[in-house]
Amino acid sequence: MKTMKNHMKVEFDSYSGNESFARITVAAFLCCLNPTVEELEDIKTAVSEAVTNSIIHGYGNQVGTVTMECEIDGDEVIVAVSDEGVGIVDIGKAMEPLYTTRPDLERSGMGFAFMEAFMDTLEVTSAPMEGCLVRMKKKIGVPLHERYNCLD
Amino acid sequence: MDDFQVINSYLCIRMPKELDHHKAIRIREMADRYIEGQHIEFVVFDFEDTSFMDSSGIGVIMGRYKKIQILGGRVLAVHVSDRIRRIFRLSGLHKIVEIVEDEE
Ligand SMILES: Nc1ncnc2c1ncn2[C@@H]1O[C@H](COP(=O)(O)OP(=O)(O)OP(=O)(O)O)[C@@H](O)[C@H]1O
Ligand SMILES: [Mg+2]
Repeated sequence: MKTMKNHMKVEFDSYSGNESFARITVAAFLCCLNPTVEELEDIKTAVSEAVTNSIIHGYGNQVGTVTMECEIDGDEVIVAVSDEGVGIVDIGKAMEPLYTTRPDLERSGMGFAFMEAFMDTLEVTSAPMEGCLVRMKKKIGVPLHERYNCLD
Repeated sequence: MDDFQVINSYLCIRMPKELDHHKAIRIREMADRYIEGQHIEFVVFDFEDTSFMDSSGIGVIMGRYKKIQILGGRVLAVHVSDRIRRIFRLSGLHKIVEIVEDEE
């Protein structure tokens, strides 16, 4: 058996219609791991939050490129979403639940809180005018030998 | 649009299968057209068809709550799955939205 490593990377324009594209893509990539419905929903929610943030906050009314990378490393899933948008001034504050800079767009300030709740780890790298990178990890619970392995 | 129905002073909104930012924009616009144009006291969000919701759903519900509350109205949710219930709880939405349990 080959080692359980796999990787993918996609780029797409920052249109809101691409939010579902990102969720479907990551779900399709992970399906060979046989994740539970709940694990898959957790990852889809976290991806949706990160991608939506890049579209709304990173690029605003501009159209830019959102990059989504996903890696499978054994029983761990690593997802990275990045943009080259306006970036974040104060990351600590941005990550506080209910904190939002766009109440006018009816944002609730729960995006980062959801990413934290649904994934095991969350890392945010950003600086003003230097874009934003969100890296999240999650261990998938089902033992390896019970899984159908797409990498064989 | 039959996703929006007015029965007496109730506005019932059938939520989409995937409730994200993309879908939320239209729901917000349509709902406000009804709330501002007719005598609405209750907004009922129906999650029967909904299998996915992220924080954009929170924003839409919270926004309608703020609007209707000024008019003395209330917000209800029906057919709420365990997953959506968890998202309600994480965001504190369960404190302002009355979840109507399914009948047996
Ligand atoms: N990719 C990004 N580029 C620039 N700013 C960002 C980015 N992601 C997040 N932010 C900033 O961090 C804040 C908090 O993000 P978070 O996702 O927690 O809440 P929100 O997007 O404002 O609301 P919600 O996610 O509930 O709709 C945002 O309001 C925004 O100011
Ligand atoms: Mg967000």
